[in-house]
Amino acid sequence: MEFKDYYKIMGVARDATEAGIKQAYRKLARKYHPDVSKEKDAEARFKELGEAYEVLRNPEKRAAYDQLGTGHRAGEPFRPPPDWGAGFEFSGAGAGGYSDFFEALFGQAARGAGGRARRGFAGGRGEDHHAKVLLDLEATLGGGTRAIGLRVPEVDADGRLQVAERTLNVQIPKGILPGQTIRLAGQGTRVHGGEAGDLYVEVEFSPHRLYRVEGRDLLIALPVAPWEAALGATVQTPTPGGKVDLKIPAGSHAGTKLRLKGRGIPASPPGDLYVELTIALPPATNDAARAAYRALETAAPFDPRANLGS
Amino acid sequence: MISRDLDVLIGPIVECEAGYTVEQLGQLCAADAAIILELAEEGILPASPGAAREWRFSGEALRRARVALRLQRDLELNLAGVALALDLLDEIAALRRRLGIDP
Repeated sequence: MEFKDYYKIMGVARDATEAGIKQAYRKLARKYHPDVSKEKDAEARFKELGEAYEVLRNPEKRAAYDQLGTGHRAGEPFRPPPDWGAGFEFSGAGAGGYSDFFEALFGQAARGAGGRARRGFAGGRGEDHHAKVLLDLEATLGGGTRAIGLRVPEVDADGRLQVAERTLNVQIPKGILPGQTIRLAGQGTRVHGGEAGDLYVEVEFSPHRLYRVEGRDLLIALPVAPWEAALGATVQTPTPGGKVDLKIPAGSHAGTKLRLKGRGIPASPPGDLYVELTIALPPATNDAARAAYRALETAAPFDPRANLGS
Repeated sequence: MISRDLDVLIGPIVECEAGYTVEQLGQLCAADAAIILELAEEGILPASPGAAREWRFSGEALRRARVALRLQRDLELNLAGVALALDLLDEIAALRRRLGIDP
């Protein structure tokens, strides 16, 4: 488990005032909020930021953290909890994934700031549960059934928090998009003499070997030879539905994006597949290839760094 | 890997369904119905025409409600600020699509 420097994350000094911390949080929150930000690692940064703010805004937590920061090295005094992560099931909303470090320091009880647990009342409806799962991209491309492992926190007779393991076979609806939710009726808390709550499973996809997911669209990086990009060519590209012939227009360059309409995630409406060209250079490992490069240098002189200025 | 001794569970995609009531939307967002009503009255959530009691919402309204509540909570925005941010985000997304940059 890694020691987290909350002051560094927030970009404030160790003796920063409460007002200074709040100001720093607001500024960074606007920059990295995943709903607003186009930064690449916005979601991870925002999570980290939220965790840092949660500790530093609260005088007691901050004091506890400060003590730790001066007296100890990374992680030493903690007993790391069992492998937390994706697949954690929780009831009530707002339980955001805090780091192992945070959990170890402040415990599960600190979880769910802003969350409101819905208690099932006798004869009423059971609590709804929420879980996040990481699926392979193929699950949405072709549909199909996946076994989903969930960890359910439960309070035992002594009031201690235990984690129960639970596996469900779930049919993944074809075309489900990242961030969308499957509702599994009756899989939440069961109550005696009442209706069971539902389980809401939010879907995210693990990184794929070929495709990057952007909402309903997919993106693939397709290497082409310099002559294919310069002169135009028809090349094969993988798509989720199988290989297709793709026409590369003459004068293409690295970064050129070609759109294959409707070949993204098969949602309704279906997403598109974006093919982004990268230029692969043939190696100059024999005399003929070296001569050809020299001939090109003479025939088509150009300065690849012309735009950098002097 | 599928467990052979378990039934296969089938459920709908919440965001693709329509006809949510104010109460259902609140439940899906873990927010009070009163807050959902405020969002709809501010024009943040597209609702079917008619009286507030009979409003029905789409999956798109659910998505917007979730974003709105996150912005409100994380950036401490008021309702007008949330509405403005959402409109601007929509406009940015539309412009990016038209420019053909980043899907």
